[in-house]
Amino acid sequence: MLAALLAMTGLALLLGAALGFAAIRFKVEGDPLVDKIDAILPQTQCGQCGFPGCKPYAEAIAKGDADINQCPPGGEEGIRKLADLLGREFKPLNADNGTEKPKAVAVIDEQVCIGCTLCIQACPVDAIVGAAKQMHTVVEPLCTGCELCIAPCPVDCIAMVPVPETVETWKWRYPVTKIHKAA
Amino acid sequence: MLAKLFQFHGGVKPATHKEASTREAIAQVPLPGRLVVPLHQSIGGTPRPQVLPGQRVLKGERIGAADGNVSAAVHAPTSGTVVAVEPAVMAHTSGLTTLSVIIEPDGEDAWIRCAPVDYRAMPPDELRDTLRDAGIVGLGGAVFPSHLKLKPGKGGRTRSLILNGAECEPFITCDDLLMRERAPAIIRGAEIMAHILQADEILVGIEDNKPEAIAAMEAAARGKAQIQVVAIPTRYPAGGAKQLIKVLTGIEVPHGQRSTDYGVQCFNVGTVYAIFEAIDLGRPLISRIVTVAGNVARPRNFEVLFGTPMDHLAAQAGPQPGTDRYIMGGPMMGYPMPAFDVPVVKATNCVLVASPALFPPPPPEMPCIRCGECAQACPADLAPFELYWFSRAHNFGKAQEYHLFDCIECGCCAYVCPSHIPLVDYYRFAKTEIWAREREKDAADQARERFEFRNLRQDLEKKEKAEKLAAKAAETKAKLAQEAQSGGDGGADDPKKALIAAALERARAQKAQAEPKNTDNLAPATQAEIAAIEARRTVLSPHADSPGSAGFAQPARSPGDEQWTANAPLSPPDEAESGLVRPGSARSPEDA
Repeated sequence: MLAALLAMTGLALLLGAALGFAAIRFKVEGDPLVDKIDAILPQTQCGQCGFPGCKPYAEAIAKGDADINQCPPGGEEGIRKLADLLGREFKPLNADNGTEKPKAVAVIDEQVCIGCTLCIQACPVDAIVGAAKQMHTVVEPLCTGCELCIAPCPVDCIAMVPVPETVETWKWRYPVTKIHKAA
Repeated sequence: MLAKLFQFHGGVKPATHKEASTREAIAQVPLPGRLVVPLHQSIGGTPRPQVLPGQRVLKGERIGAADGNVSAAVHAPTSGTVVAVEPAVMAHTSGLTTLSVIIEPDGEDAWIRCAPVDYRAMPPDELRDTLRDAGIVGLGGAVFPSHLKLKPGKGGRTRSLILNGAECEPFITCDDLLMRERAPAIIRGAEIMAHILQADEILVGIEDNKPEAIAAMEAAARGKAQIQVVAIPTRYPAGGAKQLIKVLTGIEVPHGQRSTDYGVQCFNVGTVYAIFEAIDLGRPLISRIVTVAGNVARPRNFEVLFGTPMDHLAAQAGPQPGTDRYIMGGPMMGYPMPAFDVPVVKATNCVLVASPALFPPPPPEMPCIRCGECAQACPADLAPFELYWFSRAHNFGKAQEYHLFDCIECGCCAYVCPSHIPLVDYYRFAKTEIWAREREKDAADQARERFEFRNLRQDLEKKEKAEKLAAKAAETKAKLAQEAQSGGDGGADDPKKALIAAALERARAQKAQAEPKNTDNLAPATQAEIAAIEARRTVLSPHADSPGSAGFAQPARSPGDEQWTANAPLSPPDEAESGLVRPGSARSPEDA
């Protein structure tokens, strides 16, 4: 009886120590769930979700403070991926956050630009180059299309231009077979 | 046939339809009214335009320079005037435009000065650059820049250089005719390549349904021990690079690896001929042999300048009525063209004139019955039905796990499918979707990195600013403390302090001067009057000796009348109670 008790206690202590050691030794830095969510988000950094960037939104989703349907640039596909990842039900995009639009980039009308640098400060990914009282321009491949530069512009010289399809970016359409009426 | 041959898995044997277009020799095409030369004709970067509208160009003049190393130059196919450099419809299923140089030929067809190269005297690196600048790309259909493939494998040597003359796709005979008519040039080109690659042997693989080509190549290779012409069994797709390597050498190049790592490199015979022209004749790639077949009266092979509209080319072969579209390439792997006047490009090995009679619309797609025929036919050892399921369900990750990108889109699976499923269309759809997603993901990763860096930078800036302010505050504090310590002589020490003190002093003096002094400088009579009043006041006041007098005396010294009245309530309260009139208010007028 005593031997059994001792053995069980000893075993419990040993395993507890092993677990405790493992908890310290293999501690995961950061929150892997946040990174997984962040990887799905489109990184537009537009703030349409109500959070200052994609990472904060990811953190809010992970904490349960935000819903998964608040990201218009991610669109329906993004919501589906989030739903899959988090084991939740798919729900349509929340219209309060905006609507899904085709990818566009900001273009500065260089004739009108007065060089106020407000758009440069607003750009979340440093995709606008220029200096005070010098013309500004958008580095097109870096622009995420977040539209954050449009509101601060005092002369309204920034327009969102949809990205045209090229031979390199063209995609084969999903095969659709025409259904013929049987003779 | 000396070598032991191997067999690749799968494959099909469709009707070849090759006889019709091999009856006549390669013909030249009369110059069209204008040539539309797209700059982007090969895999890799879009060449940069080198000409301006209105400029005269000679045949073979470079009009587009290679953009980076993974790119190949583009040249003027004939002499003439550049009319425009603008986007034009490309020979691509999408029907999208791409930057093109439009040339109006002058009819002279005047060459630039061609500079042949002695390949034995030139280092291989320079030879590769020469080929890049001559615009040499794989003419089998993949249009991969050839100079990138002409690199020796491990140890600076290549075991086998394989010339691909299999030409397995139905209808197409351009390589067949090229080998029949220009075999010595091809052999010469192969020797140049063997020199660059340091190859031990050259194997020429030709399907056994082309006896004339085999004979011509054997005749040209006679007496050259290094070269071996091998007839291989006719089976589609024997002309696929991996399949031909398997047949000739028995080597199966694994997923994600290159044949160079196994000492084998494979080139289309058309490419080899182009390399001969580029090195031995100094001529860049400006034309190629194109088969025109299908719904035409006289199917034939033509030597076509790049940029020639396809309808101009097809007109030479006697087009028949009922044509509804052109297919670039063969019936198995070809791409439907968006228009009839799209230009012939480096990838165009065949213009298949299609009509509903010749290629009837496919029967309706039926459900997959999992018969496994496609897996039997797949020459890439894939499971096409699995790829189909995943592509159809947009499950692209799974499709990639089943090696979607090892699919060569040969069309064998769709050819054998009893349910008439357009399998290749699904694979093409999935591939372009995956590429698009990868591009998006790369862009997102870059955006994330830049966003995080920006935040870091802003935090640093904020911190720096705060530090700077804190340092300044500390400095001021220290200075004040020092001043306080040094005490009296501190004022003399600091000229600024002294200045401030002086200014304060001046201001005080000025203020004192500006103060109204209506009791000063009075006439003696007025002074006397005031004195009299004061005397009367003292007499009248019942508390003359009480502190009240002091109360009166004090205001008398004060300068303003207002102050006087304001001070009036200072008089003892009992005075008001005793019914006496308050001094200075009621009595003064009396005195006046």
